[in-house]
Amino acid sequence: MALSILHRASGAALTGGTLLITWWVIAIASGPAAYAQFSDIMGSIIGKIILFGFTYALMVHLCNGIRHLFWDMGKGFELEDTHRSSRLVLISSVILTILSWVIGYGLI
Amino acid sequence: MAEFKLPKNSTYTKGKTWSADEGATNIKRFNIYRWNEDDGENPRIDTYEVDLDKCGPMVLDALIKIKNEIDPTLTFRRSCREGVCGSCAMNIGGKNTLACTIDIASYKGDVNVFPLPHMDVVKDLVPDLTNFYAQYASIKPWMQTETPTPSGTERLQSQDDRAKLDGLYECVLCACCSTSCPSYWWNSDKYLGPAVLLQAYRWLVDSRDENTGERLDALEDPFRLYRCHTIMNCTNTCPKGLNPAKAIGEIKKMMVERQG
Repeated sequence: MALSILHRASGAALTGGTLLITWWVIAIASGPAAYAQFSDIMGSIIGKIILFGFTYALMVHLCNGIRHLFWDMGKGFELEDTHRSSRLVLISSVILTILSWVIGYGLI
Repeated sequence: MAEFKLPKNSTYTKGKTWSADEGATNIKRFNIYRWNEDDGENPRIDTYEVDLDKCGPMVLDALIKIKNEIDPTLTFRRSCREGVCGSCAMNIGGKNTLACTIDIASYKGDVNVFPLPHMDVVKDLVPDLTNFYAQYASIKPWMQTETPTPSGTERLQSQDDRAKLDGLYECVLCACCSTSCPSYWWNSDKYLGPAVLLQAYRWLVDSRDENTGERLDALEDPFRLYRCHTIMNCTNTCPKGLNPAKAIGEIKKMMVERQG
């Protein structure tokens, strides 16, 4: 149940995140000044926190989406399986989020 | 439409406390939702102290003891007292279950007893299940056939086909699952809910039923079936250990498979 509402919340967050991407693309098209403004805002601490949250929402939604794909195939409906897969989603989404930032900063 | 706050006339207040007899040592407190349309007041939570040394082991035993010996106005449904009729479904300790098959000892501290969530209340622990039963009737829960009835014999079924009904026929329609489902809370006027969909699947998968196509057509709708988002509350709460979420998943699969 917790993951169900997290799936919905992260989906809503992704809508907001998509607006950020749109802003980013428009900023690129509008020239250096607009892009610098975008970089300044999203490069700030608050901007980075927002981007980190966006990454986490994406990973939760992705991992839980894969869980839903298994359900759509009729697999993993037993209570034990759902508890195991929910833990798997929670853990792997955190790992993938951190991993993307580590790779993004060129640390590995 | 989703509502996140109780309407004003549904918020409950603290009610009366009924103390146990003096000398009772093994006391359990039951906090029970009380509401009566006739007195025009808001619901209240009455507290009953029950001497467990003089009470049966199940929550239903305590409710019956309260009604018989402490407060005869307490109203609830019950019949079989062994989990086959589904009458005493209610929300106990925050989880929908049957009062007759749940042990009082499984609750630490007070036992909170409420009617099934998000249903209109008729009185105290009695929810209005009119819509729930109408939805059950809407899936035509009986065998539909085209071929003539074989003369002098029943419609036979292989053991393997019969085994497909295991985990489905045991459902007693207590409504614990449907009333635990957020999708059903928000859309019970249009979404059939886990209990009725499990029953729908029970007829879809029955090898003797010959109206599978029409049954699927009746469920092919944005609301009736597809409001299920696999939240899993239904399977988590089912007092009979059944798996409505899986049954609904199987119906969704049948919908895709019949498109070829």
